[in-house]
Amino acid sequence: MRTAQQTLWFNKVLVFINALVPLCMLAWDGMHRQLGVNPVEFLTRIFGVLTLMFILITLAITPLRKQFGWGFLIKYRRMLGLFAFFYGCLHLITYIGFDRSWSLSSTISDVIKRPFIAFGMASFLMLIPLAITSTDKMLHRLGAKRWLKLHKLIYILAMAGVVHFYMIVKSDVFYPVLFGVVLAILLGYRVYAHGQKALPKKKN
Amino acid sequence: MKNDIKPSEITPEATYHNRRAFMKVGFAAGAAVLTGAVYRHFNPTLPVADVAASSTAPAAVLPSEPNPPVVGGARTLLVPNTFEEITHYNNYYEFSTNKSAVAKAAGQFITTPWVVEVSGLVSKPHAFDMMDLLKIEQEERIYRHRCVEGWSMVIPWQGFPLKKLLDLVQPLGTAKYVAFETYYDKAQMPSGKYAGIELPYVEGLRLDEAMHPLTILATGLYGKPMPNQNGAPIRLVVPWKYGFKGIKSIVKITLTDTQPPTTWNKAAADEYGFYSNVNPNVDHPRWSQADEQRIGEYKRQPTLMFNGYADEVASLYSGMDLKQNF
Repeated sequence: MRTAQQTLWFNKVLVFINALVPLCMLAWDGMHRQLGVNPVEFLTRIFGVLTLMFILITLAITPLRKQFGWGFLIKYRRMLGLFAFFYGCLHLITYIGFDRSWSLSSTISDVIKRPFIAFGMASFLMLIPLAITSTDKMLHRLGAKRWLKLHKLIYILAMAGVVHFYMIVKSDVFYPVLFGVVLAILLGYRVYAHGQKALPKKKN
Repeated sequence: MKNDIKPSEITPEATYHNRRAFMKVGFAAGAAVLTGAVYRHFNPTLPVADVAASSTAPAAVLPSEPNPPVVGGARTLLVPNTFEEITHYNNYYEFSTNKSAVAKAAGQFITTPWVVEVSGLVSKPHAFDMMDLLKIEQEERIYRHRCVEGWSMVIPWQGFPLKKLLDLVQPLGTAKYVAFETYYDKAQMPSGKYAGIELPYVEGLRLDEAMHPLTILATGLYGKPMPNQNGAPIRLVVPWKYGFKGIKSIVKITLTDTQPPTTWNKAAADEYGFYSNVNPNVDHPRWSQADEQRIGEYKRQPTLMFNGYADEVASLYSGMDLKQNF
């Protein structure tokens, strides 16, 4: 069993390192002034896209488990979800720092004024309780049933995130739509699986 | 039973573990490199200074002595952005919707020979060769450039007032508007079909806006011929309006008596109006226009009415509701 433990630990390290690769490359590009003419916009966008990607990867775990019987994937879901939160924080810090000059009042009025910012902010705020309750201790404290119910927020925040992305582009909707399609498939699978479960078993 | 495995043939435990550890580290490194490669594919490095701006456009002969400013606002006192910044952050959807990718994508764009056809409600319609347009006296204009997306630059253009060209063709009394059209060639601009906007790109001005001394046809910047990505060989610059009004690579200018269609207005009428004057008090439906990010700075600046040209152009719109006519 020790080797199984070791393998799990190794795989977790692997996921952890790979999740940080984009950040390291951004730092490298930043140091070499390779982030283009408008680094603020570039960083904000990449952090946002990474946040959405980790949300979608997190949501892909359950369909993959059910469809291919890869139960072991569940062991990595928490870390992936926390990386979504991590990049979400970086996205928000970049926006508040550079776009809003660290002004809380300006940020709040921006949320009120701009619907797309409101969608993004709502999405981020929903990530917070999920990150807080990600520990084993919190899971036990809440009880599995309530914990699962709370973490259903991921469906709503993922949708809000994709809408947020869609609303900022001017005409080139390719990537927002791509994210939307992937999300629709991942959520659609759950609806489908739920329907399959609800069907009465056929009597022979 | 005879055991014929020699002790020397058994891998020592330590070596075995070392080998496994070595393979693991190799595997981890390989995975990280692969992730990095995927990331790099989607996010190529964007060095600001290595790609020279390419242009096949002929250069205008600039007067060695800069002209005295002919009109208020002709030369802002702000420090211009660098040539690299101006030529590596472009909205030119025919080539790419990625502002950082346009410079490279437009590198092979052929702009010679070039003809600008001026017709419609004029007494003397004429197809102007680019060479002839460059014979019109070129002036330097240092203008603020404000994009509808909320960023801005300061650009030292050279060119000539549009009025000079319109005077040559003599608009009729019935002419009220000027319509413009960008060159569109699917072979040279294969990305155009993914732009999400209808091409060829079209724009328009009211005749008095077109005749205003600040409205120029630009043929270059920084004393160099117009780079492809900035709208070679000839483009419109209307400094008090959002950047998208400054139509690039013009092939047609038509005088009309009705308000001409404009590309972004056709794409989203509630977001981009015909006038599109820079106005901090009229927000874009999806974002604020009250401030802007100067490229090269990290703090947003307040946006000025008519982009800082209110003294010169506000009279064009006296009595007009600018919220209605956005």
